[in-house]
Amino acid sequence: MQRIGVFVCHCGTNIAATVDVKKVVEMVRYEQGVVFADDYMYMCSEAGQEKIIEAIKEYKLTGLVICSCSPRMHEKTFRACAEKAGLNPYMVEVANIREQCSWIHKDKEEATKKAVILARAAIAKVNLNTPLKEGESPVTKRALVIGGGIAGIQTALDIADAGYEVDIVEKEPSIGGRMSQFDKTFPTLDCASCILTPKMVEVNQHPNITLYTYSEVEKVSGYVGNFDVGIRKKARSVDFDKCTGCGECMTKCPLGKIGHIPSEFDRGLKNRPAIYMPFAQAVPAVPVIDRENCTYFKTGKCGVCAKICPSKAVDYEQQDEIVTVKYGAIVVATGFDIINLDKFGEYAYNESPDVITSIELERLMNAAGPTGGHLERMSDHKQPKDIVFIQCVGSRCDNEEKGKPYCSKVCCMYTAKHAMLIKDHWPDTNITVFYIDVRTPGKNFDEFYRRAVEQYHVNYIKGQVGKVMPQPDGSLLVQAADLLDGKQIKMKADMVVLAAAIEPNPGVRKIATMLTASIDNNNFLTEAHAKLRPVESPTAGIFLSGMAQGPKDIPETVSQAGAAAVKVVGLLAKDKLKTNPCTAQCDTLLCNGCSTCANVCPYGAITYEDIQVNDHGLRETRRVAQVNLALCQGCGACTSACPSGAMDLQGFSNRQITTEVDAICR
Amino acid sequence: MSFTNVENQVELIKEISGSDPYKCMKCGKCSASCPSYNEMDIKPHQFASYIIRGDVDELLSSKSAWKCLSCFACIERCPRDVQPGKLVDAARQLAERQRGGDHLQADEIPELLAEDLPQQLLVSAFRRYRR
Ligand SMILES: Cc1cc2nc3c(=O)[nH]c(=O)nc-3n(C[C@H](O)[C@H](O)[C@H](O)COP(=O)(O)OP(=O)(O)OC[C@H]3O[C@@H](n4cnc5c(N)ncnc54)[C@H](O)[C@@H]3O)c2cc1C
Ligand code: SF4
Ligand code: SF4
Ligand code: SF4
Ligand code: SF4
Repeated sequence: MQRIGVFVCHCGTNIAATVDVKKVVEMVRYEQGVVFADDYMYMCSEAGQEKIIEAIKEYKLTGLVICSCSPRMHEKTFRACAEKAGLNPYMVEVANIREQCSWIHKDKEEATKKAVILARAAIAKVNLNTPLKEGESPVTKRALVIGGGIAGIQTALDIADAGYEVDIVEKEPSIGGRMSQFDKTFPTLDCASCILTPKMVEVNQHPNITLYTYSEVEKVSGYVGNFDVGIRKKARSVDFDKCTGCGECMTKCPLGKIGHIPSEFDRGLKNRPAIYMPFAQAVPAVPVIDRENCTYFKTGKCGVCAKICPSKAVDYEQQDEIVTVKYGAIVVATGFDIINLDKFGEYAYNESPDVITSIELERLMNAAGPTGGHLERMSDHKQPKDIVFIQCVGSRCDNEEKGKPYCSKVCCMYTAKHAMLIKDHWPDTNITVFYIDVRTPGKNFDEFYRRAVEQYHVNYIKGQVGKVMPQPDGSLLVQAADLLDGKQIKMKADMVVLAAAIEPNPGVRKIATMLTASIDNNNFLTEAHAKLRPVESPTAGIFLSGMAQGPKDIPETVSQAGAAAVKVVGLLAKDKLKTNPCTAQCDTLLCNGCSTCANVCPYGAITYEDIQVNDHGLRETRRVAQVNLALCQGCGACTSACPSGAMDLQGFSNRQITTEVDAICR
Repeated sequence: MSFTNVENQVELIKEISGSDPYKCMKCGKCSASCPSYNEMDIKPHQFASYIIRGDVDELLSSKSAWKCLSCFACIERCPRDVQPGKLVDAARQLAERQRGGDHLQADEIPELLAEDLPQQLLVSAFRRYRR
């Protein structure tokens, strides 16, 4: 027989304003097993915890029910408190009478009734609780970072500098991400490659960092502290050790001139050869052959690059290679791209080469870009005199066929940056920006945008563009609203630049599935707690860095990257991890070896073995399920799927749960 | 009145008013403060953009130019020191200067108090003399 103490928290007025806490105490006092019941203003406070400890000692309690906020908030706190008083932490149950009761109800009488019911369910469960003991598992002291943009680079550097080994897996031939495509960066306008290239080189040379470029994560198994990751190293067709990065092959590949292979890095504004490095400062400085376009791979002829290469590094026979590496922690830093603009026909993006996206503009202004940094129209190579910027293209758009409901956060700032950079180089340019709101919060950010207006006289007009109409003379007619002056305006432009909405890199869905990390409706990775655990995924051992978690600029990305690194280091610094004792167990007498459980287990924790059983004197061999306790995360999928009721979860046994339901229905 | 050089005109207005229309962020605090708001066709928060665009003619031929009481409530409250009341006043003065009425003698004032000189010009002239 348990001796249970029930503690009802007011949570200030959060609970007490809607739930009559005194009444709850009176109503549960005579429940089975309850020997003590009380209420208090803040159970989680030091004084509240003192009360619990005293009661455990004085009344020799064997179980606790805390009626308070969600267990996600304070279960840990109360378990630790119980442990302090010598009680097994798994003898504590939390009845959530805040999120599931006081916050969602108005009627005090009804809410009080519900709080009593929730408390009774928890009491019924504690009556069946048994002490559980956490196990231990070792920690592999190596981290994996998926994505080599500024987020991945910074996270890897910080982990490596703390003394741990870290690998970066980057799907492109070079690390660098979006930032390597930019000309200058807000808010200080320093040259992007001047600040990024040294970091890329540092990553390449760091003794603790291993780079897997042109590679992808293919398989993940295991759990926090002990992940096994299969990485596919795509065949580069160039021998890493022999290549000196001289670039001869790239200049001689005949497809460079006649191939019409659009350069991904230059957003199709320029062509590239079949053997290529995305950009001059690529890290590693080893080219890859794009086998889909290479003449040798298509027809067996050509082979120019192999002949010309002074180091004999070109290797057409190279194969994809799969390596399996063990990691203790994984950071997702897969970044973003911009949305497809096909659904925005009104802006004529697919009709006119002079309607471009902001990333294309970055390339057009970059000294290493397709025009050598000279801003020109793609149609006639003339310098544009009148430029119109359109903000929020596809951002803040509830029509999910077309756009995204969120604000992309970086476009207001980069447009101000683009406008000022253009005015700096070519002061005679007239620039108009059509906006819905100018959103520039951040240190020195609003001042930055105001400088575009006040110093550079960039014309900001509140209102959207309805239509961009290419004209026979090659110009673009822009029809827009000036909401503050209450006018519809038509103006001619030589170039229109679209601030297209950002979206998480589409490949993140696959990654998230492999990692069992959750993502939201927009494919951004979900954090364990929006405010208090912003760089952790709810899945233990998985951390988040950069745009993959939500829209953010470089300063924010770098801060988040550092935060993720600290969390990783905090994990790798441990020699052992406590494992969750709430794992599944198979009752071999009931199991008929049907395999249902193994099929639903997301962690691959279930295997089968043949055992000898003695069924009423009949000896037979039976195939039964076996749970690998180190892999089981206690999700409970198997227990609800098992048709024979053989699978049961410690701490959440079928009996405990039905007893709770009974208590609710009483 | 017409100007060929818009920038030049803006510069003149900046000089006369001592304020910078580009600083306006269209927050609307001036319009929210203006006692003549309901009488105006172009509202105080729009003054800055009319001047930047060089639409001074339109501003001067609007009701607003002469409905502004020069009460300076907007000037007092503008968070960016744009002083729309001074902008419209500068536009009026610019128009007067173009007509040759460049400055005002103190002893001419009683005479001017008569019919045709807009009250607003006198108010701002007085403010100037008081300094
Ligand atoms: C036009 C434009 C201009 C901008 N200008 C500025 C500016 O001036 N200042 C500023 O602060 N911010 C600016 N930003 C924002 C800035 O780009 C981002 O904050 C920053 O790039 C985010 O870095 P990241 O590493 O998270 O993502 P990314 O730069 O997108 O890097 C992600 C990396 O992960 C790789 N990857 C993706 N999926 C996988 C996968 N499945 N496996 C392996 N690798 C993968 C990608 O190839 C890429 O290399 C601008 C954004 C845009 C669109
Ligand atoms: S073999 Fe392929 S990559 Fe090499 S030069 Fe020929 S087309 Fe280019
Ligand atoms: S940052 Fe500005 S342009 Fe971009 S979506 Fe938000 S409001 Fe629109
Ligand atoms: S003039 Fe001043 S008060 Fe009026 S809208 Fe502009 S910034 Fe605001
Ligand atoms: S000075 Fe003119 S515009 Fe400004 S508040 Fe007074 S009346 Fe309105």
